[in-house]
Amino acid sequence: MSDQKKGVSRRKVIKTGAAGIIGAGVAPMVFTRGAWAQEFRNNPTGSEVTFGLNVPQTGAYADEGADELRAYELAVKHINGEGDGGMLNTMQPLSLQGNGINGKKLAYVTGDTQTKSDAARDSARRMIERDGAIMITGGSSSGVAVAVQSLCQEMGIIFMAGLTHSNDTTGKDKRRYGFRHFFNTHMSGAALAPVLSAEYGNERKAYHLTADYNWGWSQEGSLIDSTEALGWETTAAVRTPLGAGDFSQYITPVLNSGADVLILNHYGRDMVNSLTQAVQFGLRDRQQNGKNFEIVVPLFSRLMAQGAGENIKGILGSTNWNWSLQDAGSQAFVKSFGAEYGFPPSQAAHTCYVQALLYADACQRAGTFYPPEVIRALEGFKFDGMGNGPTEYRAEDHQCFKDVLVVRGNQNPTSEFDLLEVIQEVPRAQVEYDAAIFGGELGPYEVS
Amino acid sequence: MLTLPKKELITFLIFAVVVLSMPVWLIPFGASYPGLLQTFAIFGLFAVGFNILFGLTGYLSFGHAAFLGVGSYTAVWSFKLFTMNPIPAIIFAIIISGVFALLIGFISLRRSGIYFSILTLAFAQMSYNLAYSVLTPVTNGETGLALTMQDPRIIDLAFSERGEALPQVALFGLNMAGYGGFYFAAIILILGYFVAQKIAISPFGMMLKGIKSNQNRMGYTGLNTKPYTLAAFVISGMYAGLAGGLLAVTDPLAGAERMQWTASGEIVLMVVLGGIGTIFGPVLGAWIIKYFANIFSAINENILHNMFSFLPASVQDFLVPLLALFVGEGWELTMGLMFVLVVVFLPGGLMEGYRRIAVRISAMSSKETKSVDKPAQTDKQAGGE
Repeated sequence: MSDQKKGVSRRKVIKTGAAGIIGAGVAPMVFTRGAWAQEFRNNPTGSEVTFGLNVPQTGAYADEGADELRAYELAVKHINGEGDGGMLNTMQPLSLQGNGINGKKLAYVTGDTQTKSDAARDSARRMIERDGAIMITGGSSSGVAVAVQSLCQEMGIIFMAGLTHSNDTTGKDKRRYGFRHFFNTHMSGAALAPVLSAEYGNERKAYHLTADYNWGWSQEGSLIDSTEALGWETTAAVRTPLGAGDFSQYITPVLNSGADVLILNHYGRDMVNSLTQAVQFGLRDRQQNGKNFEIVVPLFSRLMAQGAGENIKGILGSTNWNWSLQDAGSQAFVKSFGAEYGFPPSQAAHTCYVQALLYADACQRAGTFYPPEVIRALEGFKFDGMGNGPTEYRAEDHQCFKDVLVVRGNQNPTSEFDLLEVIQEVPRAQVEYDAAIFGGELGPYEVS
Repeated sequence: MLTLPKKELITFLIFAVVVLSMPVWLIPFGASYPGLLQTFAIFGLFAVGFNILFGLTGYLSFGHAAFLGVGSYTAVWSFKLFTMNPIPAIIFAIIISGVFALLIGFISLRRSGIYFSILTLAFAQMSYNLAYSVLTPVTNGETGLALTMQDPRIIDLAFSERGEALPQVALFGLNMAGYGGFYFAAIILILGYFVAQKIAISPFGMMLKGIKSNQNRMGYTGLNTKPYTLAAFVISGMYAGLAGGLLAVTDPLAGAERMQWTASGEIVLMVVLGGIGTIFGPVLGAWIIKYFANIFSAINENILHNMFSFLPASVQDFLVPLLALFVGEGWELTMGLMFVLVVVFLPGGLMEGYRRIAVRISAMSSKETKSVDKPAQTDKQAGGE
């Protein structure tokens, strides 16, 4: 520290050096950025427009992510006029003409969310800043959806959420640039309650096991609300860490709690593990308070049912969509997905496919990719023929409102995919709620 | 005070030029966009700081991600409570993470070697779980701490009205989300690099190196090593907190996953890959790992097909599925392979590879082909790089 060297001081070198570098390297970039800013971010000027597909390719939800990617690839083909057209044949009203969007061919780039907020935002930024994606879509977790959605709002890029079921996505954390087609936990609770009442009566004691993150809390809250409204009691609500693997220490206390219904607020591999272990502990063979012990899984998916095998039989839950639906839109989608990949699509694939089509159609309808115009085209948009009956994108919170399916694990499956039996299509009116109850603000149309 | 010996000064200047010109020379690598450039600068800083503890002092901490997380949370709270200016945010981040490091270091440094590593790992995992569930009011749990419209922001709102949109982090008008954030982080990285160089050549740094080579012997001379190791721990914790604060500056969202043990392990990998004990090595390691995580993971089969479109179809159909194993979701496989190769063949990390090549070239140019390999001699310079 003491030896004062002769020659140039560091400070002087830095001064001159930095000035040169900034002059040579930085300045052109600042100017070009300024030039783009007069338009809007990632305005497609060439003959192509790019979607950013941000799906989990590794981690607990990798199965869902892989299926989402298949659905997006199919959607891109259909929008570009390749393949059999899928839901473009059934969607009403339809502006797309099967020649891309606004005359531009649709391309895509992909990223891995790893079901982590930081990783998901990093990959979204890569697709926006480097690859020039005009829209980001996908994901299989509410935590990630909320994180990416707020990033997209800041960047002025529209986000079409994939599978996300928490109320927050279009409630407390809603954004002007974020849109969700999937249903939420409030709707699950509202749809399930009457069925639970009819099947299991109004005097039940429920025990909740809940995945300890955004979605789990949301679903636990919604289910407690709607079951207590029936007259059920909530014995306990216990949080379990995400990806716990072994749930036996959480299931043993259920036996002595006096509860006669176990509600599993788990998804993906967590749900497969906790349900399997609950059945192994003999919960379903028990009698409690003079009633049969029951298990409810409020959010079901066919991919999970496959994992849980025999144990899923007879268990009630809700789902956004199932491939066995007989309407023209579902049939068209299942047909083209099956022809491409050899098996039926999951609900994650369906919601992602629909989201891609809805965005593309809104751009075509607006005649531009300018986000505020596209947002206005989506807000309040009413459509049909996409698998869920008449559907509306509510302007107040960017949540789709449509019928909700209550399903039961199929007792006598006819194939390895025929695992869920739709027992009721709960009409939209029964699951609708006031947009104000969850709070949150959408924010502005224009982003600087 | 602000001078360096000539050799160090040259290294420093080259480093500064390399960092500031990253937006240009990273273009061919497909990595020149603000998001990744910011990551490069920030994790480079994190690695420089980690190396002060691991490389200089020889204490392997498996819990440094905890300080990264603390820095992020502190910075976001500074945005929420006071102002969107990044300067107070990073100052708070450094202070709070320093205090936090003092507490953890005070306890953990009672042991050395593997016991120290396990203690830090335990503390980091405790911090993660606290942030994830117990301290939800402070950290917002799994969802992560984000800005809201209702934040008090007392300093900002004393001078301006609440806007319609969420405010953005800005240094006196310069937005921190894009290239502005990169240059801000890059300048801090360069300063941090300079400080690390100064520490390495200072008497304090010599003391740390002494502790690394033989702590017992230092003890026998009557020296109490504890204050030195604790100081090194706190300094490197402050670097980590600063890096965490910068993460929040460029993207104001702090999540608990930043503190997970995988994140602590990643920084160890970065330093080992680049070269323990050198100053530039850890930065290089950080860049390579972040490059793989962000760029390699995004290559899919379509991109590969385009890359090899000049080959005949049959060769392509053979080559592409094979290579696809190593890119996209298989990027960690490539990373692992590379790590194994480096550790086996270049125990001193990539910097050792660089030195070996440099030795060879200088030997060839002076045409003294007999004394080509003298790695033993060069190893001694490792600390002063």
